[in-house]
Amino acid sequence: MTTLPQTLREWPRADIERVATVFVLGWAVAFMLWQGTGFTVTLMTVFAIWAILAVSLNLVVGFTGLLSVGHIGFFGIGAYTMAILASDASYDQLRTEAIPTPGWPFFAALPIAVALAGLVALGVGIVFNRFRDDIFVLVSFGFAIIAFSFFLNLREITRGAFGIHEIPRPAFGSWVLDGEVEFLVFALICLALVVLVCWLIVTSSFGRVLTAIREDEEAIAVFGYRVTHFKLAVWVLSAMMAGLAGALFASWTSFIDPNSFILLESMLLIAIVILGGLATIWGSLLGAMAFVLLEEGMRFLPFLPAEFVGQARQVVLGVLLVLLMLFRPQGLVGRYKL
Amino acid sequence: MTASNDATLELTDIAVHYGAVRALDGVSLGIREGEAVAVMGPNGAGKSTVLKAIMGLAPVVAGAVYWRGHRLEAATHEIVKEGICFVPQGRRVFTHLTIEENLEMGCLFLGDEAEKRRRLESVIELFPILHEKRRDMASQMSGGQQQMLAIGRGLMGSPDLLLLDEPTLGLAPIVVGEVFQKVREISDRLDTTIMIVEHNIKGVLGIVDRAYVLDKGRVVHEGTPASIRETNILTDVFLGRVQPEGEDGDPFPLAQAGGERTGF
Ligand SMILES: Nc1ncnc2c1ncn2[C@@H]1O[C@H](COP(=O)(O)OP(=O)(O)OP(=O)(O)O)[C@@H](O)[C@H]1O
Ligand SMILES: [Mg+2]
Repeated sequence: MTTLPQTLREWPRADIERVATVFVLGWAVAFMLWQGTGFTVTLMTVFAIWAILAVSLNLVVGFTGLLSVGHIGFFGIGAYTMAILASDASYDQLRTEAIPTPGWPFFAALPIAVALAGLVALGVGIVFNRFRDDIFVLVSFGFAIIAFSFFLNLREITRGAFGIHEIPRPAFGSWVLDGEVEFLVFALICLALVVLVCWLIVTSSFGRVLTAIREDEEAIAVFGYRVTHFKLAVWVLSAMMAGLAGALFASWTSFIDPNSFILLESMLLIAIVILGGLATIWGSLLGAMAFVLLEEGMRFLPFLPAEFVGQARQVVLGVLLVLLMLFRPQGLVGRYKL
Repeated sequence: MTASNDATLELTDIAVHYGAVRALDGVSLGIREGEAVAVMGPNGAGKSTVLKAIMGLAPVVAGAVYWRGHRLEAATHEIVKEGICFVPQGRRVFTHLTIEENLEMGCLFLGDEAEKRRRLESVIELFPILHEKRRDMASQMSGGQQQMLAIGRGLMGSPDLLLLDEPTLGLAPIVVGEVFQKVREISDRLDTTIMIVEHNIKGVLGIVDRAYVLDKGRVVHEGTPASIRETNILTDVFLGRVQPEGEDGDPFPLAQAGGERTGF
């Protein structure tokens, strides 16, 4: 006799993928129809940003097998670079603890934000490459904490807990994307690019080497592959995508402070990637969508006071994660177990 | 330059230490162009370590490896370019890749597509089963087929020297015979120089030109299969008798001993 947990575990991937897709998309559409356009636009923008983070993190965690909990650090670096380079200088001077900002346009700051995230990842990666498995988790954990304390304590640059205001929206010449719909389209284009790049990577021979590294690092080194180079490359690429998400996020909210880059966010991100499934881009997109629906959805629960929404989503996500690890350790549509 | 003779690969006084463990303690051995040589010895004798030392995968603390007259430096990716391929113990195929993709891993960054195809064809000629199942995941293969895949993957590098670590470990007797026959075929048809580590002594002595016996990180004997069959060296080594005692014993103890070792 087969029990329910057993059935869940052995349920074929393709079937689950179909059911999960229908379920999440159905939920999203129903929710959007109920709440209307304004809500839909916000929801989709948040989704685009989280999806970029989830897909890029899956590249490292799922496809290469490096469990990093420090992704939020690169997200923060992207966001802060954008904020510092682009925030409106005249506005800032009126404030306490003003920081010198050059007031660059969005598109001048964007490449710097992405490149800086990549550069920091390169430096960190050269150190991380010596660490493996459990140690890697701890070290990346340390990175997230260090990044956060930089954001909080390097007040001359980040204004610490005050945060940075007046971060501009993207502008093409005189056309500023300050409408929510325009920004959403821009964010979705960024997401599409990230998904495209990730897809090209994982379906290429480079991607197959990553799979081989995940499976058996020593066996692939035997053929003369310099495993460290591959790991470093994918790590840097993934960090750059997180940097892009950070820059988008800063521009979208127009205000950032260190609270958006706490370790907990990194944990939620890992939860999304694992829930959606390791080594699947589609799974990460579904995971991000489900997460955003959950988060936004809880605002509408009549019995839940607004100040508990944050905690409630963590509890729900935590419970889901535990249940999933028990009954379907490969995640919803994942290809293998953690 | 190498110290002596006509060896294409030569190890001189190699010592490998893993912390306090002396895995190899002054090992010298050589192998001539086109030769097939076996390395035998009990568990933990240091057989795998010899192969790893050649590939730059073991912490060599003393001695040197010479290949075609020049010293091999430590980096594995350089050694692979010299035409040396290693098929590690335990098959270690990539189960989430297809058979074709696994083979491709053996020579992924070879720019020359025609050469790649030529190699693939010659591997397939040797192991037709790999062609039949080329789109299957490696996880769907039997142990014997995975071993063929592992050897085939090693051959994709078109090696001049092929290092095989226990290719028959854990295989059914009938498959063991097939693997040995393939190894002989590689040696004869492709003119590949082969160094093979084996526990199946009877089987491996049937296909090699020469053999070394290792014990506790040292070479204790070297000779042709015939000469080894005549002595009691293997019995002594496998039974832990350091000094030969001249008494008749079973020369192939491990071929019959239980566990995963399988004889003919
Ligand atoms: N990575 C390592 N770290 C520490 N000690 C090691 C390591 N690899 C091997 N050793 C030790 O070195 C010695 C020789 O190991 P090696 O793997 O070469 O033996 P072997 O002859 O191949 O044995 P087997 O027949 O079991 O494969 C053993 O004592 C082993 O414990
Ligand atoms: Mg061994």
